[in-house]
Amino acid sequence: MSVNGQSVPRPQPATASAAAAPAAETTQHVDAVPAQLRKAVVVGGNRIPFARTGGAYTKSSNQDMLTAALDGLIARFGLQDERIGEVAAGAVLKHSRDFNLTREAVLGSALSAETPAYDLQQACATGLETVLGLANKIKLGQIDSAIAGGVDSASDAPIAVSEGLREVLLDLNRAKTVSRKLQVLSRLRPKDLAPDAPNTGEPRTGLSMGEHQALTTAQWKITREAQDELAFNSHRNLAAAYDAGFFDDLLTPYRGLSRDSNLRADTSPEKLATLKPVFGKNLGAEATMTAGNSTPLTDGASTVLLSSEEWADAHDLPKLAAVIDGEAAAVDFVHGKDGLLMAPAFAVPRLLARHNLTLADFDFFEIHEAFAGTVLSTLAAWEDEEFGRTRLGLDGAFGSIDRAKLNVNGSSLAAGHPFAATGGRIVASLAKMLHDKGQVNGRPARGLVSICAAGGQGVVAILEAL
Amino acid sequence: MSDKYTRLVSGGLGKDLAKRLGLPQPVVLRRHEPGRPLIDGPVLVQGSTGGADELAATLLDWNLDVRRHAIPKEKLGAIILVLDELAHPGDLEKPVLTAAASLRDLAPNARVITVSRTAGSATEPATAATRQGVDGLLRSLAKELRAGATGNGILLADGTRATSPAALGALRFFLSGRSAFVDGQFLTVSSGAGQLPDDVEKPLAGKVAVVTGAARGIGAAIARTLHRDGATLILVDIPAAGDHLAAVANEVHGTALQLDISRDDAGQRIIDHAAARHGRLDIMIHNAGITRDKLLANMDAGRWNAVIAVNIAAQLRINEALLASEHFRDSPRIVSVASTSGIAGNRGQTNYAASKAGVIGMVRATAALIGERGGSINAVAPGFIETEMTARIPFATREVARRLNSLQQGGQPRDVAEAIAFLASDAAGGISGEVLRVCGQNLVGA
Repeated sequence: MSVNGQSVPRPQPATASAAAAPAAETTQHVDAVPAQLRKAVVVGGNRIPFARTGGAYTKSSNQDMLTAALDGLIARFGLQDERIGEVAAGAVLKHSRDFNLTREAVLGSALSAETPAYDLQQACATGLETVLGLANKIKLGQIDSAIAGGVDSASDAPIAVSEGLREVLLDLNRAKTVSRKLQVLSRLRPKDLAPDAPNTGEPRTGLSMGEHQALTTAQWKITREAQDELAFNSHRNLAAAYDAGFFDDLLTPYRGLSRDSNLRADTSPEKLATLKPVFGKNLGAEATMTAGNSTPLTDGASTVLLSSEEWADAHDLPKLAAVIDGEAAAVDFVHGKDGLLMAPAFAVPRLLARHNLTLADFDFFEIHEAFAGTVLSTLAAWEDEEFGRTRLGLDGAFGSIDRAKLNVNGSSLAAGHPFAATGGRIVASLAKMLHDKGQVNGRPARGLVSICAAGGQGVVAILEAL
Repeated sequence: MSDKYTRLVSGGLGKDLAKRLGLPQPVVLRRHEPGRPLIDGPVLVQGSTGGADELAATLLDWNLDVRRHAIPKEKLGAIILVLDELAHPGDLEKPVLTAAASLRDLAPNARVITVSRTAGSATEPATAATRQGVDGLLRSLAKELRAGATGNGILLADGTRATSPAALGALRFFLSGRSAFVDGQFLTVSSGAGQLPDDVEKPLAGKVAVVTGAARGIGAAIARTLHRDGATLILVDIPAAGDHLAAVANEVHGTALQLDISRDDAGQRIIDHAAARHGRLDIMIHNAGITRDKLLANMDAGRWNAVIAVNIAAQLRINEALLASEHFRDSPRIVSVASTSGIAGNRGQTNYAASKAGVIGMVRATAALIGERGGSINAVAPGFIETEMTARIPFATREVARRLNSLQQGGQPRDVAEAIAFLASDAAGGISGEVLRVCGQNLVGA
């Protein structure tokens, strides 16, 4: 850890296990860096309502939506002209012109133009990863305040030209003479003019995310009824949260929407049972995944205000929850060893082991509902003795959760899932729930976030009430 | 921005044509701009009492060009008619007719301001008659004034000096462009309470103010005006209006609080927000209001109850919470938006008028309660104001409605905001339980 003869700090784990770090390392810290990491807190959040693709936000770009979400956050917390330490956000479906998406959104917002920003992209884990990365910077003392976020539009998705046309255009640009240019153009074929639209298929398997999950759902023998019940609970919980005013300080309307357009407050298990399966129809087993228990393509944006405790106090702003720690995992879905969206099943046990916690030590579970089958397959794996022994290296099953603590204010099945915006939605809502809950059995209320992502990845995190 | 007709007849051919045809001749009103003088042109202080002398001396301190006697043919910015020692109707003649000789010398957008005493506090019938006489005099004179000039009066309770803080505050307000659309109105100064600001451009400096219904229209104008006057703002509107609310909050550097004020806990949530962010609350502006118009014969419970719940019940509940709060104790000010409908009535608005008349009743009764802690409460009753709401009135109806006042035009949202900002300031501390109309002296409703 030495650069040009000067020792550089090495980050420590942010937890009780810090005490177990080798003592020799702490002596290498330069004086300017505190030996003890400070807390990174969630001050609050803001998102715009999520809209089903092709709906209210059809004409809105990622930059429009992210700017709107930022401006709502700025208005809620009086951050006009404030120089925030850093803003990080990202989008999964992203135009090449949006290489500086977050910085451009900052420049279009009411924040100080001197606020730096960077883009991040980790599929559906983008939003949560911005929270964890910025929280780490705050813990290290590199910055005092930060805004994490994410945005996605499947309506305003980028469409690329075909590879054939792209190669011709590039060669044409390089051609110097007229005859050479004509020669290049002569290579064009009608099929080259067809645009290359984005899809949610996995590049290495060609299967869509839904088809991948259908394999996993069947493998863990998750029933249609269980999936529909989870979807029904998501709608019921989200509708109840809206009615109770839970989102009054988490959401700012946008383009005429003041609630998520995917929310069906009047749905029922009976109605969900009438829907025809859309994924896994060729598996041989019964197809169980419908449009009702899978999330639709959605447009939306979310933001989370993070800071040190000192910054929040100095600005007379609330401290809802502390970002304790996070963990990323990935699985080998390409060779079929695990399901595409099963990485959190590994990330959570690793994270909890680092903190000497079990599933029983949590008061809220926010497991992103990419599909009802994803949540239920993950829970089934944790409850499975064989999986616990052979894949997690435990003595038996990892454990089970109290279902009454799962996605209590609804999740993606009801709200929708604009890929990169889901992390911010979950973190802001969970932080508020934890703050409202306060203490449980003499300890701060604790929440677990779990988000699966394309490419066989998953990011999970622990938050605690303040 | 004035309406098209007003711009058309404000100069050139249009002005000439309107004059020949006997059409209404509204002018573009003088409105307050930071940094501009309080009033253009000399101010004639008419009257021979001690109060008149004191007022003239104060105006000199304000660096105004003061006259105690008119100079024939000299254009005047304002006439202040001091009538604070009248005992008999015969006492009116000399000062009034002397001032009358100068009326033709008033510049466009000039001011005539009477300073007299409240009739209600007089025990002698002759004194009461004389004092009440000023009411009829001023209201009629205001209707005779032309070219954007207005006439308004200050009523002093017995024992209150003409130079008490709130009397001077009201005088500044009436002289200035802040009162552009206030015409034919009186403000009663009931006590010597209040304090003139250190900086006349920032009369609300250091104050924390809440504005409800701030997402658009008059509420947004109130937010901008209070911000210009130095207040720190908390802006409230229903969650569904949150995007407009956020835009206004970011413009005026305030915070947006998405809250349905008809919720039972609205008052507490406002207090909690103010206490957490600013440690206190000084000013509450009840602007939020809705209309659900129907003839009473066709009225249903939904329309009736929604209007009552938002326009008056919510204000009562929030005020109760505020008056019980330790964070609302330092010269607190409440200003409510009433309506001329609540004074004169309006066809199709029985529910709305009941709620707005209710606001007036609430303000009068709350004055004593808030007075105990050195605060004040008042209401502003707008007449025809050019907003998105009135823009939806059919053309012909709208055109008639906006001309039916002494200034022959509709008011701007900022005109209502200016009156509210004044009543929310410490300079108005000696004014409480009052209803100030911002209606250009609308012909309906007295």
